[in-house]
Amino acid sequence: MARIGVFICWCGENISRHVDVEKLAEQCAHLPGVRCCLTYKYMCSEPGQNLIREKIREERLNGMVVASCSPHMHLKTFRKAAEAEGLNPYLVEMANIREHCSWVHHDVKAATAKAADLIRMAVAKVRRNHALSPIRVPLTKRALVIGGGVAGIQAALDIADAGHEVVLVEREPSIGGKMAGLSETFPTLDCSQCILTPRMVEVGQHPNIRLYTYSDVEAVEGYVGNFSVTIRKRARYVDISKCTGCGACWNACPNKKTPSEFDFGMGKRSAIYVPFPQAVPARPVIDANACTMLTKGKCGLCAKKCAAGAINFKDQDELITEKVGAIVVATGYKLWDIGKEQENAKLAGYGEYGYGTYKDVINSLQFERLVSASGPTGGELRRPSDGAVPKTVVFISCVGSRDNAKGMSYCSKICCMYNAKHTMLYKHKVHDGQAHVFYMDIRAGGKNYDEFVRRAIEQDGAQYHRGRVSKITEENGKLIVRGVDTLAGEPVTIEADLVVLATAMRPADGVETLAQKLNVGYDEYGFLSESHPKLRPVETNAAGVFVCGACQGPKDIPESVAQASAAAGKVQVMFSREEITREPEIASIDERMCAACFTCVRACPYNAIERAEIRDRAGRLIKRTARVNPGLCMGCGTCVAVCPSKSAELEGFTEQQVYAMVESLG
Amino acid sequence: MTHKQPHPDPDMTTFEPKIVAYVCNWCTYLGADLAGTNRLEYPPNVRIIRLPCTGRIDFNLIVKAFETGADAVLVSGCHPGDCHYTSGNYHARRRWTLFRELLDTLGIEMDRIHFTWISAAEGRKWQQVITEITEKTRQMGPYLAYKRICRVS
Repeated sequence: MARIGVFICWCGENISRHVDVEKLAEQCAHLPGVRCCLTYKYMCSEPGQNLIREKIREERLNGMVVASCSPHMHLKTFRKAAEAEGLNPYLVEMANIREHCSWVHHDVKAATAKAADLIRMAVAKVRRNHALSPIRVPLTKRALVIGGGVAGIQAALDIADAGHEVVLVEREPSIGGKMAGLSETFPTLDCSQCILTPRMVEVGQHPNIRLYTYSDVEAVEGYVGNFSVTIRKRARYVDISKCTGCGACWNACPNKKTPSEFDFGMGKRSAIYVPFPQAVPARPVIDANACTMLTKGKCGLCAKKCAAGAINFKDQDELITEKVGAIVVATGYKLWDIGKEQENAKLAGYGEYGYGTYKDVINSLQFERLVSASGPTGGELRRPSDGAVPKTVVFISCVGSRDNAKGMSYCSKICCMYNAKHTMLYKHKVHDGQAHVFYMDIRAGGKNYDEFVRRAIEQDGAQYHRGRVSKITEENGKLIVRGVDTLAGEPVTIEADLVVLATAMRPADGVETLAQKLNVGYDEYGFLSESHPKLRPVETNAAGVFVCGACQGPKDIPESVAQASAAAGKVQVMFSREEITREPEIASIDERMCAACFTCVRACPYNAIERAEIRDRAGRLIKRTARVNPGLCMGCGTCVAVCPSKSAELEGFTEQQVYAMVESLG
Repeated sequence: MTHKQPHPDPDMTTFEPKIVAYVCNWCTYLGADLAGTNRLEYPPNVRIIRLPCTGRIDFNLIVKAFETGADAVLVSGCHPGDCHYTSGNYHARRRWTLFRELLDTLGIEMDRIHFTWISAAEGRKWQQVITEITEKTRQMGPYLAYKRICRVS
């Protein structure tokens, strides 16, 4: 028999001002199944909770309704209070008479009537609630980190240092990501490689880190605590267990004409190559499209020179399965290539800058390589077309960022800072040169950031023009940049030797496909969605999958590192337990009723429903049925709505509960 | 027409529409919470039933609401692409497209069923939607036709 307690909160005056609380209590005391009905000033306070616990004990309640604020606010609070008194927490429901009633309806009579309806619905529901216990699933205390840039490196090292095994997968031949290619970093101008490469070496030597470079995540199966990940280790044609990294092969390679990916096409590399000298692992890889041995069967010089016999032209892709309990996604960003044909016609509008047509119009990452001591020019700034030292350089901000008409609506966040940095690096290398910056606003929020921009302008004499550039043309080896200075109110024309475009930051290629494998949401630009923008910034809505770095949105190095450590922290919290407990409000299938049409299997967004067979002791097939994997189910209830035989059910929102709620309104 | 204006039918002046709203827990429910936090006043005619996702909303629930006397039903969830469960709202939308015709064929007045997307940040939209639906339903009057069918059967 139902023994329901109804507890109505005044919330100070928040509820009692527009809802006649005492009258409401009188009405609710007579609802079917209600044993007692009380009001209190602040139900969530300690005396309020004590009052609830007292009544649970005295009246031996087997269900309760708290009529107060939104369940998003205090459902957990009241469930805990009930649990402390021995009442199953899932026998607690809330009626939201504050956000959905007293705060939005100011007519006392109407608001009180609505509050009574809301409580009646909650009572009708709670009478049909089931006592549930959290689901326990085993846990593999190993983590997968996808992406070996600075965020992935930080996350991997943090988790590994905490004593857990980490599988780090990187698509390029070396870890290091974009940061490994940067010259110096704002706002301190410390050398990027000097900070990063020791961390890369740490990853390479860490006993708890298993590193897969030149590899991709092929498939992800399983669920939180128990993922099974298939990794495609692409054919490298070099056995890295034999290779010593001596360099004889790439020195011998006659084909040195391939544009280097690491230098963003600013330099050349051989067909067998290490992307950069400090690469981890410092082992080469053969570019199968460039190597004449692999394309035409002629050459093989590298194999002849290799004393270790590490070259293997017959190498094949390899598929490896790794079991992990948590996944950290740190796939980073790319700069928008405005010179390429665009997948979306709307994004085809930056042709007027001549990127891809004029050799001396480059993007910011290319500029980083030109000023980097490890770059193709050895740190001496020379422009791509004729190798001359550029005396006038124009930097253009917001190329594709903050542009609703033909670009991305968002701010790429780091460009204001690196533009200031670029003008400084330029001035430090070319003392008689002049840097110009076209900008919309200067966004330099961050510790020592605004001071840094001021330094670029005041000490290093960068000319800042507030305005856009409308067109760039080439005349007699000069780039004619036509723009406007809206502060001076006049058009500006600059004859530049080099133009650097701060194109928008976009998520790395292929992130959408990866997100689909992981069941992680992403926005219209492909940035991965966190679970809550403020309170759950590194979690995703796929349990056990975390995000960090620029794959979640544009951010700089300090932020990426902070987020990576946060994600690693979350993984460690997970790994601090022996098993995982999950909310029990999930779906189940009545296997006696199931007609095995498997509509639910196709509808389930989490692939949480599998096709199962029921067999007798002799192994004879009795029937087929759908079966929910409790480790995977997230409790959305899509299966319940699609099931034609009504054999799917969702705890917490069962057919009985929802129908009872609707019927209570009749 | 607002409820203050006299109506030709004297019964209609006291008519308060009954609206049942099936909303998802993560977007629209929070949007309604936000309307409360921002004290955005709207007519008190709506009764929210919280479900995890619009994907959970079976069309029997809509029929059931009419059966128990609702004059209008609202289904509201996350915007396309924003579903907490990745794709539940797409299922809801697909089902809606299908069942729309079926309900129409059954003779249910389609003007009484509303389908919207309201995000957790759209407290104002919730206020507008509820105000509009309430006024529209008030003008349409009670859903007597359905009640008559129920009585006959």
